[in-house]
Amino acid sequence: MDYGSLLQILDSTLRLATPLLLACIAGLYSERAGVFDIGLEGKMLVAAMASGAVAASGMTLVFSIPYASTEIVLVSPVVFGLLAGILASLLFALLHAVTSITFRGNQLIAGVALNFLASGLTVLVAQSLFGQGGRTPPLEGNARFNPINLPFADAVKDVPVIGPFYHEVISGHSILVYAAFAIVAVTWWVMYRTRFGLRLRGVGENPAAVDTAGVSVKGLRFSAVMITGVLCGLAGAYMATALQAGFGKEMTAGRGYIALAALIFAKWRPVQAMYACLLFGFFQALALRPDVVESVVRIKVPVPFLDALPYLLTVFVLAGFVGKAIPPRAGGEPYVKER
Amino acid sequence: MASQNGADAAFAIELKGISKAFGPVQANRDINIAVPQGTIHGIIGENGAGKSTLMSILYGFYKADAGQIFVNGQLTLIPDSQSAIRAGIGMVFQHFKLVQNFTVLENIILGVEDGPLLNTSLAKARKELERLARDYDLEVDPDALIEDLSVGHQQRVEILKALYRQAEILILDEPTGVLTPDEADHLFRILKGLKEQGKTVILITHKLREIMEATDNVSVMRRGTMVATVKTDETSPEALAELMVGRKVLLEVDKGTAKPGDVVLKVEDLRVRDEHKVERLKGVSFDIRAGEILGIAGVAGNGQTELLEALGGMIRATGKITMNGQDLPLQGKGSDGQSRRRAGIAHVPEDRHHHGLILDFTAWENIAFGYFNDPDYQKNALFMDNAAIKADTAQKMEKFDVRPPIPTLAAKSFSGGNQQKIVVAREMEQSPALLLIGQPTRGVDIGAIEFIHNQIIALRDAGAAVLLVSVELDEIMSLSDRIAVMFDGKLMGFRDPETTNERELGLLMAGMTGKEEAA
Repeated sequence: MDYGSLLQILDSTLRLATPLLLACIAGLYSERAGVFDIGLEGKMLVAAMASGAVAASGMTLVFSIPYASTEIVLVSPVVFGLLAGILASLLFALLHAVTSITFRGNQLIAGVALNFLASGLTVLVAQSLFGQGGRTPPLEGNARFNPINLPFADAVKDVPVIGPFYHEVISGHSILVYAAFAIVAVTWWVMYRTRFGLRLRGVGENPAAVDTAGVSVKGLRFSAVMITGVLCGLAGAYMATALQAGFGKEMTAGRGYIALAALIFAKWRPVQAMYACLLFGFFQALALRPDVVESVVRIKVPVPFLDALPYLLTVFVLAGFVGKAIPPRAGGEPYVKER
Repeated sequence: MASQNGADAAFAIELKGISKAFGPVQANRDINIAVPQGTIHGIIGENGAGKSTLMSILYGFYKADAGQIFVNGQLTLIPDSQSAIRAGIGMVFQHFKLVQNFTVLENIILGVEDGPLLNTSLAKARKELERLARDYDLEVDPDALIEDLSVGHQQRVEILKALYRQAEILILDEPTGVLTPDEADHLFRILKGLKEQGKTVILITHKLREIMEATDNVSVMRRGTMVATVKTDETSPEALAELMVGRKVLLEVDKGTAKPGDVVLKVEDLRVRDEHKVERLKGVSFDIRAGEILGIAGVAGNGQTELLEALGGMIRATGKITMNGQDLPLQGKGSDGQSRRRAGIAHVPEDRHHHGLILDFTAWENIAFGYFNDPDYQKNALFMDNAAIKADTAQKMEKFDVRPPIPTLAAKSFSGGNQQKIVVAREMEQSPALLLIGQPTRGVDIGAIEFIHNQIIALRDAGAAVLLVSVELDEIMSLSDRIAVMFDGKLMGFRDPETTNERELGLLMAGMTGKEEAA
């Protein structure tokens, strides 16, 4: 394998890890607060559909300069798409929160119900809006998040080893990729350095301790689930407007579950979650380059096997082969005040 | 006494006419109580007398249906815990409200952080903690994780939490239930120190000895009402017990001398590992004779549970146990509870809600558990004789004074003491050769305690061997014919209840042998 192929695979790894990472960090907020969320998949899916549909509508906010025929685009369709995705995902998160926090329903069943709802609803709405077999129309131009070239990318391109790495792997992704990695850092800081993080982790471990300290358990859990909604919205919007050009039926393809597996793998810690998602992303990237895999292992590997790798790894992780992962102690349990 | 319109400022807490009902159950009825500032005030009563409900109202957990709360003479509304904390009330719950994988410092600041960022709060708390530790003899490592601390230290963290929130009035709910005698003594020293600094302490307990030892005044509750408030040095344990129960109670167990017979159970090098492969029972050996009660003392979690469960056939173990000269298997075939019962071993488990009863099932169904195959319970080869079981249950309920004596009532509808009587009746009425009994009176009223104790003695006098496990040292001392102390999965030695004392047993319970003490 040459250096060029390696860089291409690493480049794909970043792109493919991003939706996993966003969903995984989304799950981290909710689960750290004691609300298990198996509905990451559903939230991503509705966000993907909503963002694809709104971006495809071409909705734009422009500012026309008086007495001149020039217009400045203030908000492009893709930004509206992103907002729509976040909104749709938030709506689902709200449903999850009301069911499992306010009415103390079973968190897992609520999550599964949301996944089913998303699976059917997205195709139905897309079909009735666009009549293209449940897809949203292909997006182009400013209806998509386009790659950003980082400063000096072209200038350092010819520096040996590091130059191509910067140019090929680090530079040239959409803004959401960079946002995802920034969110990891922010999340670490929020969790371990702020009052909100302390209380959030406390409420996932022992809500009674937080309650007797005079802090609202419901309030904290609601905020956590809402943050989950926003981050899943980003993940879904990234799928439809950056990774691909439009929404397609079941396009998340189990990424919500892979994100959950990564979360368990990482033992509910943000930085480790990033590594886990990169690993899963790397496996997904391998499936795109069977020729490279073949040249490395020197036997012909069936492509379906490569496709299945991330899912096999998921099963492997969930079956507990990576050591005992202790979830937040109060996870999955609605909080009932008692003495 | 209080004036007509307000309340006396000399009282830290004054409650007037507090009532609270849960559905048809009147938990508190027109409660009046005045706690003078700078005193330790005991509140005593049986389980379900309404002590905890009253304190929960004071801490803002429940809202009273009627009545008023005065704090330092001021009428105060306490709709939630935050208001209670603001009014200077701190509470140490029976089950600690601590986050296990947080450090001591993080637990202390949780809910009272100084700002959105933690750095300053943590630094401030660290300083404050040093001061409190100095002033009140409350040493705790601020950076230790709660899960690594002993129960006694966890309790100190709870007290520190309250003091950090500037509590002037500290409520402790059954604080000594989980402590060794030494730890309890330390706690009472801390409480006296708090009192000297002008703080007011309210101590809820059902242990008469603690009331007599630590309090200035004591209020007695019975069935939701406050029956008396007296000065502690003007009363006696007997008088308090009578106020609690409403009739005369014999506090001392009346038992004749034991007449030990042959060895019934011989245990040699018994070992148990838990699911994490940690050894919980580290080679225990002893024997029990017929007509003898062997009491196992120790702080909860030192292997007593595993000992009972291994002997009762609930978990696997290694080693050797011999019953009347016959080997009993410790794992595999024949090591289950059913086989043990057939061998003449009855078992009253420590945790009656998880292992002793199925709470949603009726009393008669619960009476049949473990004895389904009893020939008396069979109608024919296919069917059980439910009518016979019910009749048998009615009989047992009468003999053991279970109230109400209704076999078709769900187990959860009985009070704790009556639930325990159902379990005890089931096991004892089989006339076992050996009775394993764990925490026989946990969560049981004084009246029922007396009854269960007498039944245990009666079984011994009838020639059965009894293995008694209890964390209540009083219970061990008064019932046992021989006492063994368990610490860290091992027996620390045997003592004669006639010649030993609480101090000696307490040291053994803390893992210190006589030799070390001398050194």
